[in-house]
Amino acid sequence: MTDLATPASGGKTSFINDPKVRSIGLQLIALLAVVFLGWMFVDNASENLAAQKIATGFGFLDNTAGFGINQTLIPYSETSTYGRAFFVGLLNTILVGVVGIILATVIGFLVGIGRLSKNFVVRLLSTVYVEVLRNLPPLFQILFWYLAVLSAMPGPRNSINLFDEVFISNRGIIIPRPLFNEGTGTVLWSIGAAILAVILIHYWSRARQEETGRRLPMLPIGLAILILVPLAAMYVTGFPIGIERPELKGFNFSGGARVIPEFVALTVALATYTAAFIAENVRAGIQAVSHGQTEAAHSLGLRNSQTLRLVVIPQAMRVIIPPLTSQYLNLTKNSSLAVGIGYPDLVAVFAGTTLNQTGQAIEIIAMTMGVYLVLSIITSVIMNAYNKRVALVER
Amino acid sequence: MSLTFDDGTFIRSELETPLPPPSRNLGVIGWMRENLFSSFLNGLLTLVGIALALLIFPPLIRFLFIDAVWTGENREACLGPDVGACWPFIHAKFGQLIYGFYPIAERWRPNVVFALGAILLVPLMVPSAPIKRLNSLLFFVVYPIIAFVLLTGGNINASAFLLERFGLISPLTGGATIAGVNLTFWVDFVLTALIVAAAIGALIGALGGAALSAARSTLYVFAAFGVLVMAWDVDVGLDYVETRQWGGLLVTLVIAVTGIVASLPLGIALALGRRSQMPIVRLLSVIFIEFWRGVPLITVLFFATYMLPLFLPQGANPDALLRALVGVALFSAAYMAEVVRGGLQAISKGQYEGAMAMGLTWSQMMRLIILPQALTLVIPGIVNSFISLFKDTTLVLIVSIFDFLGQLRASFTDPNWASPVTLYTGFAFAGIVYFFFCFGMSRYSLFVERRLNTSHRR
Repeated sequence: MTDLATPASGGKTSFINDPKVRSIGLQLIALLAVVFLGWMFVDNASENLAAQKIATGFGFLDNTAGFGINQTLIPYSETSTYGRAFFVGLLNTILVGVVGIILATVIGFLVGIGRLSKNFVVRLLSTVYVEVLRNLPPLFQILFWYLAVLSAMPGPRNSINLFDEVFISNRGIIIPRPLFNEGTGTVLWSIGAAILAVILIHYWSRARQEETGRRLPMLPIGLAILILVPLAAMYVTGFPIGIERPELKGFNFSGGARVIPEFVALTVALATYTAAFIAENVRAGIQAVSHGQTEAAHSLGLRNSQTLRLVVIPQAMRVIIPPLTSQYLNLTKNSSLAVGIGYPDLVAVFAGTTLNQTGQAIEIIAMTMGVYLVLSIITSVIMNAYNKRVALVER
Repeated sequence: MSLTFDDGTFIRSELETPLPPPSRNLGVIGWMRENLFSSFLNGLLTLVGIALALLIFPPLIRFLFIDAVWTGENREACLGPDVGACWPFIHAKFGQLIYGFYPIAERWRPNVVFALGAILLVPLMVPSAPIKRLNSLLFFVVYPIIAFVLLTGGNINASAFLLERFGLISPLTGGATIAGVNLTFWVDFVLTALIVAAAIGALIGALGGAALSAARSTLYVFAAFGVLVMAWDVDVGLDYVETRQWGGLLVTLVIAVTGIVASLPLGIALALGRRSQMPIVRLLSVIFIEFWRGVPLITVLFFATYMLPLFLPQGANPDALLRALVGVALFSAAYMAEVVRGGLQAISKGQYEGAMAMGLTWSQMMRLIILPQALTLVIPGIVNSFISLFKDTTLVLIVSIFDFLGQLRASFTDPNWASPVTLYTGFAFAGIVYFFFCFGMSRYSLFVERRLNTSHRR
């Protein structure tokens, strides 16, 4: 018998027609092209840098920055280093990201549920909200909030007064500031303890329900613990946490904390913009739960609220979470638009001012891109973990 | 009807017609009770919603139409106490908002480009229009070349290709030019093409492959490239307009269309690379895609503006708009790759296996079987990424390229039109323009999606 695996007359077809050889050859060419491109970039860059007398390396991070930043979460002054400025910008980016994500989630869920409402007025308003905000560029919206809404607010003397606690003017929003005196630590520990206790009780009550079928009224119990324990701690330590109210003195406010208008414009614009996308994800998620699930829950005797909480939402979340993750990432990445209105985020402080002063484009842009890449990876790791937890387990 | 017997027994033989529902459950009132005021909370929501709508829509309409100023020469017209939108401001700035600082005498060129784009795009978007293949070739290949020549004026100075860099050609031609075309470059180009083709043919032949076909393919690639450069090189008699003078909606559309046209082939290549069996190609594609998707567009633009010039040879100083375009194209290629990958994954394995069983090569299989189906499936996705690219073009104003929004922002500073309503008028106009484009495209994407859905429903 002839061996079918080898060609009858060997040597007629060339070895370059062998898929394996081809694949290795192609990959070699691809790799060589990339290496060559990289080498060319490095070579050109080192020549250009030498010609323009630009320093290289990360030594510049220890140099004095010499510029001020109008919102700092950690102590920073003009004599601080560029490295410090980097962290100030990073924290400002994270602040916008966190506040924006919370706001966007709340608005997005409300609007998304509103789009499915039986109420015609609510449905119409939600639809208009989604279609308008989704179809306008985010930078347009940020500029609109900054130039057309916040700059048009009255001056500090005529500022909009909410209950003598919050003042809205064209210089930002003045809010009461918490004061931390001695003994604050004890109170904070008590809050931590209260949260821990609520979590423990929650697990215990779940175990109890599995065994006996009886439910504990968790909401009142939890609220009571969360409010009463810290209050008691405050009372024992003599109320160490006070509140400093803002007061109008002359042309400006004294006391209180000022939220700069750039932050407000950026956060509100990004949150409302992202919320429109989240609303669509939520709507799609809820619509993905088949109506039979609701009917089955009702026929088991669950109330409307229980149906929603125990049957519909857990299944809808499975569909909502993956796109929600990418919306959170989009919001964080879009926070870099801050540079358009001068909010001191990472890009504005580091890739903007620091780059202009030092000229070390390669290091600075690599660091900035690196930060966003790391933020992306962290967010997706956390969300993937959650996704795994809620994912459907089939057999 | 019923039967009645003598003893008073009563048997109903037919169903009685049902009573009409109570009048309060009927008609408008019934609908409102059912939908708007079914519970206390629902009623409250309705009232709040109506209040909100009254707070937003009537003042908006009054501002835009009823109280608006329609004619005027300067800011004086828009200074009154209860004045709405200042439309003369938009009228005065209209040219700048559309063309930027493109020379007024040359504005017919962008107009031709806009018109040509619309003429080619509309039949491409209508599913029943014929000759799709030719149409898409015209739109994706020929149109960009024509647009480039029209907008810049063409006539780039191609002087040296490869051999001339060693000073080998100019002694032969003596630097002669015909119709704005430098002969040195083209002799250089043709010679280089022949030499490279011969070398590749010889190499493949030495390895035992088809030498002639390899040389021919190489020549095709050079020819395509040559036609492209020739179109840019010939002096068509148009004045040169440098990109610094471009602006407004023109730049917005140039960036968005270039981004999408350039990202399509690159995205397809990356998507194929990501699904390839070859580990190194796959790894490189994944790294490329995930890198660009992980960073914000602003940093990409900063990269293109500040870092790219450092990576290029000394003296090469690409134009600012071109640099931004490179950044945008790379950025959107990564997103496009994911869209195309979605389409590739939606094609059933049977299609691949069928194509392989027919003895098609990999490139034939992709070109004739897989990609036509996959790309049709992802048209909505492509349109959606075009929408987000269109919105993202606004970011170029941060690297000082004056797109539509940047031009608008610049026009706010004109003291001739400084009035309390200028800002709001500008935002209203820009909002309407952006909304018109994005909403229109999203409707189109929905339309295609529905159409694709029905054809696949069983």
